[in-house]
Amino acid sequence: MHVPDGFLDAPTSLATGAVAAAAMAVALRGARRELDDRTAPMAGLVATFVFAGQMMNFPVGAGTSGHLMGGALAVVLVGPYTAVLCISVVLIVQALLLADGGVTALGTNIMLMAVVAVGAAWLMFRLVQLVLPRKVSSVPVAAGVAAAASVPAAAAVFSVLYLIGGTAPIDASTLLAAMVSWHVVIGLGEAAITALVVASVVRARPDLVHGAQRVLAERPLLHLPQPGEVVR
Amino acid sequence: MGAGHGHRLHFHGHSPVHRAQPHHKLIALVGFMLVVVATPRDFYPVFAVYAAMVLVVIRLSTVPLGYLAKRLVIEVPFVVFAVLMPFVAHGPQVEVLGLNVSGPGLLAAWGLLVKGTLGVLASLTLAATTEPADVLLGLRRLRMPELIVQIMGFMIRYLDVVTDELRRMLIAMRSRGCDPRSPRHWPALARTLGALFIRSYERGERVHLAMISRGYATRSR
Repeated sequence: MHVPDGFLDAPTSLATGAVAAAAMAVALRGARRELDDRTAPMAGLVATFVFAGQMMNFPVGAGTSGHLMGGALAVVLVGPYTAVLCISVVLIVQALLLADGGVTALGTNIMLMAVVAVGAAWLMFRLVQLVLPRKVSSVPVAAGVAAAASVPAAAAVFSVLYLIGGTAPIDASTLLAAMVSWHVVIGLGEAAITALVVASVVRARPDLVHGAQRVLAERPLLHLPQPGEVVR
Repeated sequence: MGAGHGHRLHFHGHSPVHRAQPHHKLIALVGFMLVVVATPRDFYPVFAVYAAMVLVVIRLSTVPLGYLAKRLVIEVPFVVFAVLMPFVAHGPQVEVLGLNVSGPGLLAAWGLLVKGTLGVLASLTLAATTEPADVLLGLRRLRMPELIVQIMGFMIRYLDVVTDELRRMLIAMRSRGCDPRSPRHWPALARTLGALFIRSYERGERVHLAMISRGYATRSR
């Protein structure tokens, strides 16, 4: 769900807009370093994938369904800079062409979903990778934990923004507790789906998973004997 | 694949609103919404003026109001939030229809609803009267970094291709007897999404090679 117009007051919206613009500038520079002149088509197609992924409904039961936020999934698959860039672009397109999320809240939405969610996911992903054994099979687990952390992190920052520039008198601790506890539950769903998707990609094309690069680099080259070759 | 590649919200027309320069429309939308958001919510007559302004522009654009009204459903989740507001906010209680609710909360709910609805209506009007390519042109004229505009361009261009690919994959899944109904089916759905990522990534690589073979070089070089 995107923040609409009028949820936060104008000064807070403008301030988050400045944060979002700065983050996008940094991400643009980083993504260009990683992708070089492939940036436009690759980031464009990954953004399209994130958008399509958010459209996919995951049935929860009793006729309800949820969908992916995608921050953690993007960061594990394509790395932090490209992920921030792609999710920001998705949010801009959603606000301008689909009226999803207010135009004045665009900075807020980018800050929450593209900067905080992706940043929290990347930090958590790297932390868990340090703890888990350095194997390809650890990558989906780390991705799941990262996703579980990213959703409540975005909810917590939203609550803080709301306390600064919110437009309704709600008790601070009540809001924070309600937002975070509810999003911990949502985060568990996000974690399960992210881990499953990363597992399926890592099995088929581990070379495409940015988060698996370090593990793959350490993997020794295997020499498979060819038929007829003399194994010494 | 034979479906039209028209944009979902776009409403074809030749009105003055359709013809207006896209960067003017973008500035007007953002400026208008900033003013709306900055207006104190108890200036009730001012909001009537704002609503009248939006309605006049919609009228000028010849887009039927019903066409936009149907798409207002996008704001349903936060209407729920606004409706809860009078019950969770603190402050002096007032009685409405036999219920004790918070007075400031009620005012806040009004503010959220009116500003949010104006925002969705105004954004829908932009989307209905401006082709995606023109939105990109507007952003480019407003000095949005070229690379961001290019990424958005690729996203818009391949949106229908990739979402259609996903739709076909889900149809294939259902036609093979897997109709996802519960979290038990998440692994199958997740594998679909994983395959979609690989296909999108590889499509990006092919697009890049096709661009190079046609002489593409990033402008900054």
